Amino acid sequence: MTMVDANVLTDVTGFLWKEADILDRKDYDTWLDLWTEDGLYIMPIGDGEDYADQVNLCYDNAKMRKDRVGRFKAGFSISSAPPARTIRTISRIVIEEMSGDLIKVRAAEHLVEDKFGRQRVWAGDAYYTLKRSGSGFLLQQKIVKLLNSDGMLNSFSYLF
Amino acid sequence: MTAAMPKFSDLDALYSNKEAKVATEMYEDPDLFQEEMEKIFKNTWVWVAHESEFPEKGSFKLSNVGLDPVIVVRDRKGVIHCMVNRCRHRAATVCEVKKGKTSSFQCPYHGWGYGLDGSLRALPYPEQYGDDFDKAQHGLLKLRTESYNGMVFATFNENIEPLVDFLGPKVCKYIDLFMKQGGGFPVKVLGEHQFTVPMNWKVQLENTTDAYHFPVVHKSFLQSLDEATEDMFDFLDKGRGWVEDLGNGHSVMMMIPEREDLDAGLDEPIEERFQELAEEIRAEGYSEEQVKKIVKAVGGAGFNLNLFPNVSFSLAFFRVLTPVSVDQTDIRHIAIGMDGGPQAANRMRIRLHEHFQGPMGFGSPDDAEVWERVQRGTRGGGELPILVNRGMVDEEPGDLGPRGHISAETGMRAAYEMWKRMMVGA
Repeated sequence: MTMVDANVLTDVTGFLWKEADILDRKDYDTWLDLWTEDGLYIMPIGDGEDYADQVNLCYDNAKMRKDRVGRFKAGFSISSAPPARTIRTISRIVIEEMSGDLIKVRAAEHLVEDKFGRQRVWAGDAYYTLKRSGSGFLLQQKIVKLLNSDGMLNSFSYLF
Repeated sequence: MTAAMPKFSDLDALYSNKEAKVATEMYEDPDLFQEEMEKIFKNTWVWVAHESEFPEKGSFKLSNVGLDPVIVVRDRKGVIHCMVNRCRHRAATVCEVKKGKTSSFQCPYHGWGYGLDGSLRALPYPEQYGDDFDKAQHGLLKLRTESYNGMVFATFNENIEPLVDFLGPKVCKYIDLFMKQGGGFPVKVLGEHQFTVPMNWKVQLENTTDAYHFPVVHKSFLQSLDEATEDMFDFLDKGRGWVEDLGNGHSVMMMIPEREDLDAGLDEPIEERFQELAEEIRAEGYSEEQVKKIVKAVGGAGFNLNLFPNVSFSLAFFRVLTPVSVDQTDIRHIAIGMDGGPQAANRMRIRLHEHFQGPMGFGSPDDAEVWERVQRGTRGGGELPILVNRGMVDEEPGDLGPRGHISAETGMRAAYEMWKRMMVGA
């Protein structure tokens, strides 16, 4: 295992926590700006990694992300008006690879949602490809694999 | 007080054919739910699989017939079997892998081994059962299994009519039309979304034949479409479609009549939203005739074919319900595509599927929300009926049952009439 500069880990952690906070606050326009134009946000089902050719929970390019956010915000989607409230933590952050301006990171995501007086708990592995941009990062790819992605889920009115 | 008095003797109070009113208990009563599992799900043809989900000899998948977990499998000769996933010794499940390939099923508890046809092949130290132990009497509990056009159904009822008779010629015709989505290739399952909803199973049964909700619940989906596609889904305003009772609880909801037969109208120009796909397929060397057929198929069929009690052929996918308890139902949205043919076409089908279906689709979460709201709403006003009488005012007789307006609740009435026939035990 290569040694990772403590500053890199601190910067990456700061970015992932900022994104997590944005998603819990449902500040979606700010979230859209965290992405590169050709970035992909994917939540797969099961262990397959041929994402383009398999059925995923979502496989969002820039247009789908924008449409998804538009759907959440327009007020016509009964499941997201109001949405479940969420509190999440991102931890167990591991820098996997650094090459050029790209950094590959994986982390644990743990989320609790609340709606109808009922709480549900979700856990997943999150895989990020971050691209250095100015003094910070942009999301080039984010893949969240729920622990039970191929099991019986519930519908989601928020993003992981 | 006698205990013999059946609780649900007055089925007319639960569903009245004449008034099309459903009693609140229909969604709420756990005893009624148990009776439905016995009288309906243990008594009729229940969809368990599509043949492409276990394509080879020795391939299997786990499924359910009502509350009973089952294994659907092809034996060495390719014959399809369906059996209860329960060892005949002390009841442990013999398989916990959802899908796969095997040469046998072995119970993990004491090692009883079963063949692909469910027969008991071997058990450790059999002599303690005595000389007259008959292995032939200790196979996995088998169900009758029959297929139509790739769709596999199973039943606990040894005396029920053959599957094709239960479906009837008109349902079979619509299944054949639906399978034209292969675009000239066999239909193949590409994956599935699964989610569980706190609702009675009949809330789901109703929804697959409910066009009335579409512009309301799915407004945010419609807003995310291009103009031409949004116009195609505007089947309530256009009002050219219909809902028809096809007998035995089955019904068809024809939303987009120009997509009833995907082989019709192939000489028309390719829609704008499929131009890029068409170009990609042409580049792979397919003839113009094939390109048009494949592209048309990618857009899906124009109808929902709803089969009582657990499967709907819904526009471009299979929708399967599995009852769990009186107020819990598991839903599967199974994506289908072409077995062979251009990968780009299947990729587009998958993206279209993800757009609407599943836990993060632009449609399903809103469906799930209103289904749950029905279940929550029935906690109050228990004396009030649930109305499924919409469209009775201008129904016309069809070949096998009434045919009504696209937004009519004709299909729900068909299902509830079958529900009643089965609960009576006729």
